[in-house]
Amino acid sequence: MSERESIITVNNMTARYGERLVLDSISFGVNRGEIFAILGGSGCGKSTLLKHMIGLYKPAGGDIRIGDASIVNAEGTDRDELIRTFGVMYQSGALFGSMTLLENICLPLEEFTDLGKEARELAACMKLSLVGLAEFAHHMPSEISGGMKKRAAIARAMALDPEILFLDEPSAGLDPVTADELDDLIIQLSRSLGITFVIVTHELPSIYKVADRVIMLDAQTKKIIAEGNPEELKKTSDNEWVRDFFNRKGSAGAKGVEDG
Amino acid sequence: MKLRAPQTNASCEESVQGGALILKLSGRLDARSVPELWPSINHAFKKKQIESVTIHGAGISYCDGTGAALLVHVRKSARLLGIDAVFQDLNSDVADLMALFPVKTIARVPEEKGHQWGDLVERIGEAFYVGLVGLGEHVSFLGELVSGLFKTLIQPGRLRVRDLMVIIEAAGPRALPIVGMLGFLIGLIIAFQGAILMKQFGAEIYVADSAGLLMARELGPLITAIIVAGRTGSAFAAEIGTMKVNEEIDAFSTMGLDPVRFLVIPRVLAASVMTPLLSVFAILFGLAGGAVVMLSMGYPLVTYVNRVIEALSPADYLGGLFKALVFGFLVAASGCLCGLRTGDGASAVGTSATRAVVSSIMLIVLADGIFAVLFFYLGI
Repeated sequence: MSERESIITVNNMTARYGERLVLDSISFGVNRGEIFAILGGSGCGKSTLLKHMIGLYKPAGGDIRIGDASIVNAEGTDRDELIRTFGVMYQSGALFGSMTLLENICLPLEEFTDLGKEARELAACMKLSLVGLAEFAHHMPSEISGGMKKRAAIARAMALDPEILFLDEPSAGLDPVTADELDDLIIQLSRSLGITFVIVTHELPSIYKVADRVIMLDAQTKKIIAEGNPEELKKTSDNEWVRDFFNRKGSAGAKGVEDG
Repeated sequence: MKLRAPQTNASCEESVQGGALILKLSGRLDARSVPELWPSINHAFKKKQIESVTIHGAGISYCDGTGAALLVHVRKSARLLGIDAVFQDLNSDVADLMALFPVKTIARVPEEKGHQWGDLVERIGEAFYVGLVGLGEHVSFLGELVSGLFKTLIQPGRLRVRDLMVIIEAAGPRALPIVGMLGFLIGLIIAFQGAILMKQFGAEIYVADSAGLLMARELGPLITAIIVAGRTGSAFAAEIGTMKVNEEIDAFSTMGLDPVRFLVIPRVLAASVMTPLLSVFAILFGLAGGAVVMLSMGYPLVTYVNRVIEALSPADYLGGLFKALVFGFLVAASGCLCGLRTGDGASAVGTSATRAVVSSIMLIVLADGIFAVLFFYLGI
């Protein structure tokens, strides 16, 4: 794969919860248009890293840039502009429970565009049909299944046509078939719309299927212990635990405690 | 295969030959039998001059995790005397089970850290720091809330009317029965108590004055606010807290939407509008309660009503309603703030709801005191 333009740059970032060090001065870049996965055992700080990248937490040190702008110190309208370049799918979907799916997706359109009601609803319906949920437009989030919620959350994250989509454990809690469908959807969206994906996961089949490049975090050293294409890492990594993870020999989940 | 092994009681025969302690374990070692065996094993190890420990396990018919704990305990007790316990005739199942617990890895149950004086100082400091941070959060939240309310006043289009209506319905009309009932009963009670007292002076007619003033100026707004705190404030905290736990609040902020504007402003507006309206009902029902007492003492209704109208000035009534408005604002604001500050997990939502009610009621009483002084100096 040729050298491509980097869309997200994480530079010497350190993350802490109070006294506890979670990530120790890590650096990596995400290229435009790729599907990038953040891996690691439970408790190694994957979700923490994601929350730093989307600006929910401030790092204890270092910088995170999306495009040319730093998200760490962005304030006011700069931050609003920056936030609109990406969408986030949270682990539980985090759809707003008091609104229908359609209203959930219309909300960002209503707030940030001057589209009329009809145009908004059409645009929202198109996003829903992209994830195969057009007929559930008027359902409430509580009336659909877990897999549907995640797909609806992807549709909502795409409402403003962002360049980057962050997905927090898309296949967690889904049956293998539904998880597989979700992976297909990610690949399809990446190919047809050129969206850059940053996915936090520890589902091996899904990693092999979708990820162009991965980084793997380590709970003990708090650093990145592997970076590259998953197929290549499986064969060539010099770290035994990394090879074990990709070959699924060791118990990947037993390396640390679950983080909050 | 049998689902349950037969209920044979386990037993432990101990014998000491010279310095050799021999324990013969037999039967079913499980959570039922082990509690009886444990003390006898401890007792056996108290004997003096034990030089070797041998466990005969031929009779063990079944051994589960608890049984294994007993065997490990024997081994550890021996180890404390500097002896390696010898297991003899363990059947293969039990031996396999014991192989899961090699001597080295079973150290001891990790001890909890005891509390020390240094910890106490640290904890006081931490509590103080947390309190300061909390105060800072309160102040910045109040600022955000007030600026949000102003923006909403200037651009009413920013308000999501449908959300507001849903909240108003839940906070207002649905509270009517309880507000009405409590208002009526409290009006009845204060009128009755007042009547007993006033009767000694032949001044029963002034019950109308006291019931009317008390209900309109103090009790009407106060009981309404307390009901709103219990019904609505806690609901706000729980709703927003659940949204926090479900990452919906995070979703708002990463979508560039302000949770204060979407969640807090409608709730604060709804409660600020509905609490005075509800307290109108509380006052009316309270006066009706007073009327029942007066009627029972033989005064005609028209006398009571005239007396109330004469005793109550519009300032009393409006002052009470203004108080109710402020109480409603305080209840909703503290409910929403507690919701937004919810930690992780289901128990955090419960904690937030509790905290919302407690702090609301404290704020109500505090504000009521301030109003009492303020109204006194203003001559209202």
